[in-house]
Amino acid sequence: MSMATASIPTVERENYLNKHYGVGSWLFTTDHKRIALLYLLSITFFFFIGGFFALLIRLELLTPAGDLVQADSYNKLFTMHGMVMVFFFLIPSIPAVLGNFLVPLMIGAKDLAFPKINLLSWYLYIIGGVMMLHCMLTGGVDTGWTFYVPFSTAFSNTKVVEAGLAIFVAGFSSILTGLNFVVTIHRLRAPGMSWSRLPLFIWAHYATSIIQLLGTPVIAITLVLVAAERALHLGIFDPKLGGDPLLFQHLFWFYSHPAVYIMILPSMGIISEIIACFSRKRIFGYSFVAFSSIAIAVFGFLVWAHHMFVAGISVYAALVFSLLSYLVAVPSAVKVFNWTATMYKGSIYYDAPMLYAFGFLGLFTVGGLTGLFLAALGIDVHVTDTYFVIAHFHYIMVGGAVMGYLGGMHFWWPKISGRLYPEGWAKLAALIVFIGFNLTFFPQFILGYIGMPRRYYQYPPEFQVLNVLSTAGATILGVGYLLPMVYFLWSMRYGKPAPDNPWNAAGLEWKTASPPPTFNFDEEPVVTWEAYNYDELNRFPVKEETPVAR
Amino acid sequence: MPDSQLTAAHNPALLHHFAEPQQQRDAASLGTWVFLGTEIMFFGGLFCTYLVYRRGYFGDWGAASKTLDVTLGATNTAVLICSSLTVVLAVWAAQTGRRRLLIGNLLATLVLGTAFLGIKGIEYKEKFEKHHVPGASFQFNNVMIPGHPDQYANPSHAEIFFALYFVMTGLHALHMIVGIGIFIWLTVMAWKGRFTPEYNTPVEMGGLYWHFVDIIWIYLFPLLYLIDRHP
Amino acid sequence: MSAHPSSSLKLYFGIWITLLACTGLTVWAASLDLGRFNAAVALTIATFKAILVALFFMHLKGASEKLSKLVVVASLFFLLILLALSMSDYATRTWT
Repeated sequence: MSMATASIPTVERENYLNKHYGVGSWLFTTDHKRIALLYLLSITFFFFIGGFFALLIRLELLTPAGDLVQADSYNKLFTMHGMVMVFFFLIPSIPAVLGNFLVPLMIGAKDLAFPKINLLSWYLYIIGGVMMLHCMLTGGVDTGWTFYVPFSTAFSNTKVVEAGLAIFVAGFSSILTGLNFVVTIHRLRAPGMSWSRLPLFIWAHYATSIIQLLGTPVIAITLVLVAAERALHLGIFDPKLGGDPLLFQHLFWFYSHPAVYIMILPSMGIISEIIACFSRKRIFGYSFVAFSSIAIAVFGFLVWAHHMFVAGISVYAALVFSLLSYLVAVPSAVKVFNWTATMYKGSIYYDAPMLYAFGFLGLFTVGGLTGLFLAALGIDVHVTDTYFVIAHFHYIMVGGAVMGYLGGMHFWWPKISGRLYPEGWAKLAALIVFIGFNLTFFPQFILGYIGMPRRYYQYPPEFQVLNVLSTAGATILGVGYLLPMVYFLWSMRYGKPAPDNPWNAAGLEWKTASPPPTFNFDEEPVVTWEAYNYDELNRFPVKEETPVAR
Repeated sequence: MPDSQLTAAHNPALLHHFAEPQQQRDAASLGTWVFLGTEIMFFGGLFCTYLVYRRGYFGDWGAASKTLDVTLGATNTAVLICSSLTVVLAVWAAQTGRRRLLIGNLLATLVLGTAFLGIKGIEYKEKFEKHHVPGASFQFNNVMIPGHPDQYANPSHAEIFFALYFVMTGLHALHMIVGIGIFIWLTVMAWKGRFTPEYNTPVEMGGLYWHFVDIIWIYLFPLLYLIDRHP
Repeated sequence: MSAHPSSSLKLYFGIWITLLACTGLTVWAASLDLGRFNAAVALTIATFKAILVALFFMHLKGASEKLSKLVVVASLFFLLILLALSMSDYATRTWT
């Protein structure tokens, strides 16, 4: 077992990447690390697709007139942007890539509890993805990613059923991933790895898995009902028969609200790991952060109708859900305070992962606070269905989840690939992402507040300046996203080989080789230390073999 | 269990990423229960839909429910309860090494499960003949609301009842078919002698799934068939 | 897993008979006019049957299955949330 001062290997050891070659060894693998990489490729692909739709949206919105695409086409653009980004990028991303790779390593296991089900998860994702692609290529969907009834069941003449089935299949991928994580974390921890010694990344993924398991089935059945109504004329939501369209919204949002916590919790787990490492300190208030993950998962199920405040629910229900929505913000705030307290009197290093973490802290806070604005009934009436909402959730999903994802990819890249990425370029990319992001989405807060509705492709001329700023920002953001893809690929061939623990970080994953052997550890680890044992680690020269020029 | 410790290193059923058979068994058990938890939520969405509309259209739904055949429904309930017995006996047989009894009970479960589907098929056929299948040919005219001789049920609301009836019992039947598939596989495995007192996890886990599908029907029966049955 | 084989068997057959009896009971109770309590009675009997199946046929009644019990309870809890909070809307609507 190597410590931080291990020498850089000169001959390539056998590891999970070079153990077997050939397409078959990848497509039929049950190694969680390879499956993680399969996911990495697939979700990156869908990120491009979703990003492409975003590009078209932003291009259309450069001018007040609807001159790039027709109204119906624009409906399809924002629908497919949403569906692809939510179901095929954000929800799988961190759990399926970093979670799959790291959960067994972090707890000292050889693999997940059900390796074949893990592979099945990926295939289900691919099947759902192919179905979605086919749907998009043969006409697309125009219902909005929220496919509200009765438009989606009775009036839309686009491929609603196919899109719904694609999401249904992808949903099962999500459920199985969650199932695998829960069983793994309960049953496969190494000797000595008690719950209170688990990295917060694991707690975050455990909480995420609970949401995936309990929430996804509800949207699954909702999709079944929509498909049944459209294809078989079983009019469960049909107002003509006395059906209630709001029932659809209740069922839809029962999942889709907790889904946003699926998207953010894993990112929060990453941030905990990064902040601890680059402050060289134990996370402040470990138990609070751990339990706040569980609290977010539980409370997240109690607030869904805040998406329906103006839809026609009773005002008493609105009051209840508004109050509950305020409560759900508390555990998130707890985390932000604890991360800040961790950095206080810490020894801060500004490597790329930490830059992403800083970005996360600011942007997530803005996004979270604006969520509270929206939870206030009076304000919500004014800004709901405007660009304010769009800005709010992009601050969390992009400024929060994606920043965390990128930070995590940088942090664990040496472990995953056995190579170091170029730090200079990484810092530049982080900066570009941060600037591009804010330029894209901050104007949208203002746009929403002054009245620009969402899902509109035309707008009054006085909104143009802000829209142009937003589109400019989106272009910059796009560049910021492309850079890591380029230099990560570059590093696989030309990057410096990584030592076992280039960051001198705490965690079992750093006690094995970079990249790890197929069965993760040469010997089963026995854990006798607490999580985030930076006191001990700091006694050794910090990052003796620093990855990059400073 | 001393046997499993002795044979842990050579137990062919032990997968490489588990340290010992008991850990593997515990993982399978937890995994199955978690999966059943997701199934509770999956059917749960339908129960929510049911609750909303039953509250809203009680009279119309009472009328619609009355057209279902209670005898067939109750029979099916009894059939599934018997199949749960044969399942638990099969598990017991596997745990005590009684191969013949195991196969016998697995087969009995299959027969009962198929009988359930057969009776369901008869019911569906009857609904089709009476034009109670939602869609263009749906008819529900001049049906009295139970307890209100002067009121006729609203056909549209009744149509929603039948829509939900078909979705709920249809989804349940689909789960039965999957269950039958699982039990066919279990029977084949049992025939080949793969299950021993040390290793019978698939039988137990398959059993858990079957019992769950039974429990769903235990709720579906009163909810769909017995809404308003008193004279 | 099983304590004494014969007592397990006795238990299984006992539960089986009870389940069948409860089915008959539920059908009979439906034929009585209990007003609003018809639903409550039917659901109570159904829940009783479900608990019997879960505890005894699915072997939830056993110390080693604590976590499984928690899984069941948690799922039911969240289902209840779905039903109850949806009802908070439907039950308080002041329009038809």
